[in-house]
Amino acid sequence: MSPALPEGDAAPADGALPPSVRAGAGRRGFGVYLHVPFCTVRCGYCDFNTYTATELGGGASQVAYADTALAEITLGARVMRDAGLPERPASTVFVGGGTPTVLPAGDLVRMLDGVRGAWGLADDAEVTTEANPDSVTPESLAELRRGGFTRVSFGMQSAVPHVLATLERTHDPRRIPDVVRWARDAGLAVSLDLIYGTPGESLADWRTSLETALATGVDHVSAYALVVERGTKMAVQVRRGDLALPDEDDQAAKYELADDLLTAAGLTWYEVSNWARTPADACRHNLAYWRNDDWWGVGPGAHSHVGGVRWWNVKHPRAYAARLAAGESPAAGRETVEDASARLERVMLGVRLHEGLPVDALSPAARSRVAGLVADGLVDGRAALGAAGDAPGRRVRLTRRGRLLADAVVRTLAD
Amino acid sequence: MSPIPSAEQSRRITPAATPPELLRNFCIIAHIDHGKSTLADRMLQLTGVVEARAMRAQYLDRMDIERERGITIKSQAVRMPWAMGDTPYALNMIDTPGHVDFTYEVSRSLAACEGAVLLVDAAQGIEAQTLANLYLAMENDLQIIPVLNKIDLPAAQPEKYAEELASLIGGDPADCLKVSGKTGEGVEALLDRIVELVPAPVGDPDAPARAMIFDSVYDTYRGVVTYVRVKDGNLNPRERIAMMSTKATHELLEIGVISPEPVPTKGLGVGEVGYLITGVKDVRQSKVGDTVTNASKPATEAIGGYSDPKPMVFSGLYPIDGSDYPVLRDALDKLKLNDAALNYEPETSVALGFGFRVGFLGLLHLEIIRERLEREFNLDLISTAPNVVYEVTMEDRQVVTVTNPSEFPGGKIREVREPIVKSTILAPSEFIGAIMELCQGKRGDLLGMDYLSEDRVEMRYTLPLAEIVFDFFDQLKSRTRGYASLDYEPVGEQVADLVKVDILLQGEQVDAFSSIVHKDKAYSYGVMMASKLKDLIPRQQFEVPIQAAVGSRVIARETIRAIRKDVLAKCYGGDITRKRKLLEKQKEGKKRMKTIGRVDVPQEAFIAALSSDAGGAKDAKDAKKK
Repeated sequence: MSPALPEGDAAPADGALPPSVRAGAGRRGFGVYLHVPFCTVRCGYCDFNTYTATELGGGASQVAYADTALAEITLGARVMRDAGLPERPASTVFVGGGTPTVLPAGDLVRMLDGVRGAWGLADDAEVTTEANPDSVTPESLAELRRGGFTRVSFGMQSAVPHVLATLERTHDPRRIPDVVRWARDAGLAVSLDLIYGTPGESLADWRTSLETALATGVDHVSAYALVVERGTKMAVQVRRGDLALPDEDDQAAKYELADDLLTAAGLTWYEVSNWARTPADACRHNLAYWRNDDWWGVGPGAHSHVGGVRWWNVKHPRAYAARLAAGESPAAGRETVEDASARLERVMLGVRLHEGLPVDALSPAARSRVAGLVADGLVDGRAALGAAGDAPGRRVRLTRRGRLLADAVVRTLAD
Repeated sequence: MSPIPSAEQSRRITPAATPPELLRNFCIIAHIDHGKSTLADRMLQLTGVVEARAMRAQYLDRMDIERERGITIKSQAVRMPWAMGDTPYALNMIDTPGHVDFTYEVSRSLAACEGAVLLVDAAQGIEAQTLANLYLAMENDLQIIPVLNKIDLPAAQPEKYAEELASLIGGDPADCLKVSGKTGEGVEALLDRIVELVPAPVGDPDAPARAMIFDSVYDTYRGVVTYVRVKDGNLNPRERIAMMSTKATHELLEIGVISPEPVPTKGLGVGEVGYLITGVKDVRQSKVGDTVTNASKPATEAIGGYSDPKPMVFSGLYPIDGSDYPVLRDALDKLKLNDAALNYEPETSVALGFGFRVGFLGLLHLEIIRERLEREFNLDLISTAPNVVYEVTMEDRQVVTVTNPSEFPGGKIREVREPIVKSTILAPSEFIGAIMELCQGKRGDLLGMDYLSEDRVEMRYTLPLAEIVFDFFDQLKSRTRGYASLDYEPVGEQVADLVKVDILLQGEQVDAFSSIVHKDKAYSYGVMMASKLKDLIPRQQFEVPIQAAVGSRVIARETIRAIRKDVLAKCYGGDITRKRKLLEKQKEGKKRMKTIGRVDVPQEAFIAALSSDAGGAKDAKDAKKK
């Protein structure tokens, strides 16, 4: 979750949603995000809402966390029912952090059980947890699988020790093949997360990381350019001159290398930073974000989106726990996304996907600019222009150059 | 016996009825910061014109900017009574502007006086502009009264500078009065000295009226207030007056003296100084230097020395927010009412939008106008680098006057003429080498050099005005650790090997950056501008060449490489709101960009490129601080 919460309207104490969220709800999927705000170590680049202390106190300790989260799950299901939304079992659940696996597997399973009890869980639900390579064992992974998890996403980041050291990641890269094998043996689908553009990382280092990831035979890879976020230890190091600011040209070259190697290994991009072996290997939970489905984010600092209303919880685990203990919604603020903002979001999220954004969804003015983007080599001409008479099928799909300049495309296509 | 005349005595110096022999007209010549205004304040107090409790520092400087910066822009004239023995006198103190841009106004103020107080900071010695004005006063045959001010300062060296003044104007160092405007010490003696030494005005009371305008000021309520010094005859209320340069006639609605507020009188007689109000609304109808006469009994010959103010320096002024253009137009129209030297024409720039090309007397004038526009009219402005006026003669003998570099003609040019100035630089002698090097680099010709004292030197150079408006003053100050002072006056023009350097962005000319420079400097200007823009213009989706060209010949080139990555890697649940807000902000930013060809240039880039380059405008600021 992002460090600073956005500015928005006040959220009601009971978390009640306006009736407007009902419109079209039947056509939208529903997912649950569970945030675990703990890590054993805070990495220098990380600006997520996470804490390393095991005892935050006030009902926010790691031991008490699962119960606190269960209280929000119960509240969430009630709020959605009260808003008149149809019963929709969660089709995806994603446990993120922090490092969810610093909690005992039993706690994660208990939270999942809570989701199942409150909202229901679809039979074919995708249930993912993030994990650190050094915080899992064959036993813990098997326990997760037994409890209903179907997928694990490992924060591998890099296979190169000096890069991991700069990122302050503590795991031993040699564990990667093992943990992937354990997870598969346990019956879990596996994704590896990688970071490129870390200060000091060479193109050869990055190639090593990609090849190491691919050598495990993994079916899903996420690759993110390192962003030095304000307020992180890394930002301080950059400001002091101890670390070089990541170079955007270097990151572009690394993105292209990633796309080359991943594609050659049989994976296909389905979102700007995500590759999967088959469409079935894509992360359905994340796809739901980009398709603007509904989801409830549980946990301190977690964001939610239901029918055009976005809200975010108070950030600190103690404040979060205190709200729930008082029977109140933990939401800190909310916004209702309408009109131009809604259209901008739709473009911003839709163009990130390989499936693209329907040209028909654009304003007439924006539609007229598509040809220019095709001419500039940013948008796939065949997908966008298609055959005459095939208007509904036309989609804005980014070329590789377009993926690297996606924000420029969004600015061009938003009204 | 009080030096302030008694009621009985005061009757003998009633305005319009004061015999010339009881009048003394004088001005104070001083460098900025040498304490002229403080001394003037002290005189107002000692003569009882202003009561101590009503005293507001620098009473005579009316405009806010003047008070804040401690400088005088518009001159004023105050009538002060003073008695010596049994004789009452009326002293007219004419406050002169103290900067090079206003030399003409200074010369008219001097022409209204018979004497000048040469006021010099006893801790600093004479400065170049003071010296120039001193020479001007001596040419006008004014009686010079040397005075060292600020003798209360610990760093004061009155003996040393008295020597310096004596060597400049002749006479004995002991004749140099020593005063402190701050404490008042020596000021009474100075007033006495003025009465003793400054000659009484001389004129023919029976001749047709002739009065010289030495200032005119627009007042919102009264229209134009014109300050005059009567030479011959007299002016009376309700009569019709005529301006000799334009032959325009006006009814004299009010006539009076300033003491220190305007006081209507029964008229003004020979040698008297006062104001006229005719109801005209524009100072152009009441021009400094012009002669006022009686319409029914006009004089045949004007008082000499009149000339029209001629803009020497031009700059494009553009509102940063394009929708402020009408506000800028109205603001200029208003300022023009009070500033006969200000002129402007609408201008359009590809880079900067709609604005005006404005002509100024010089850099200080430019800076003052700009600041008044920003302060009084709440405008945010960009100004292009100041330039001078060029006369371009084509092969076919057609002559083109260029006030904006982008108008510099193409085609076959026979010759280009540029204005030159005679400059005077005063500095400690240790900097002679540095100053010579600078002036040679700026195409200067040494005219002569004199030692003012053992360790201070006066150097005279002919320099192209264009070099002065570029960055001369900054350079001079930095090479002399701030010790040098500069004065200059236009002395005509010269033929020079000048070319126009254009800056092209992806092949499109950016008009705001075109500059006329000497052929030998074209390359360095081109390189400097191209590399500056390279750093200021954000990378685009395509490669953008920046070229500097003379005609069709490219002399320098830089390339802004295409941006390769413009995407946020992660966009999950919590990122969406933040990301959307960022994009909304970027879109807003894009609206404020100017598009040159296909290149989006943020306005800040133009501002940064122009402002760091507008060394000239900075000069003016520094000059005022000095």
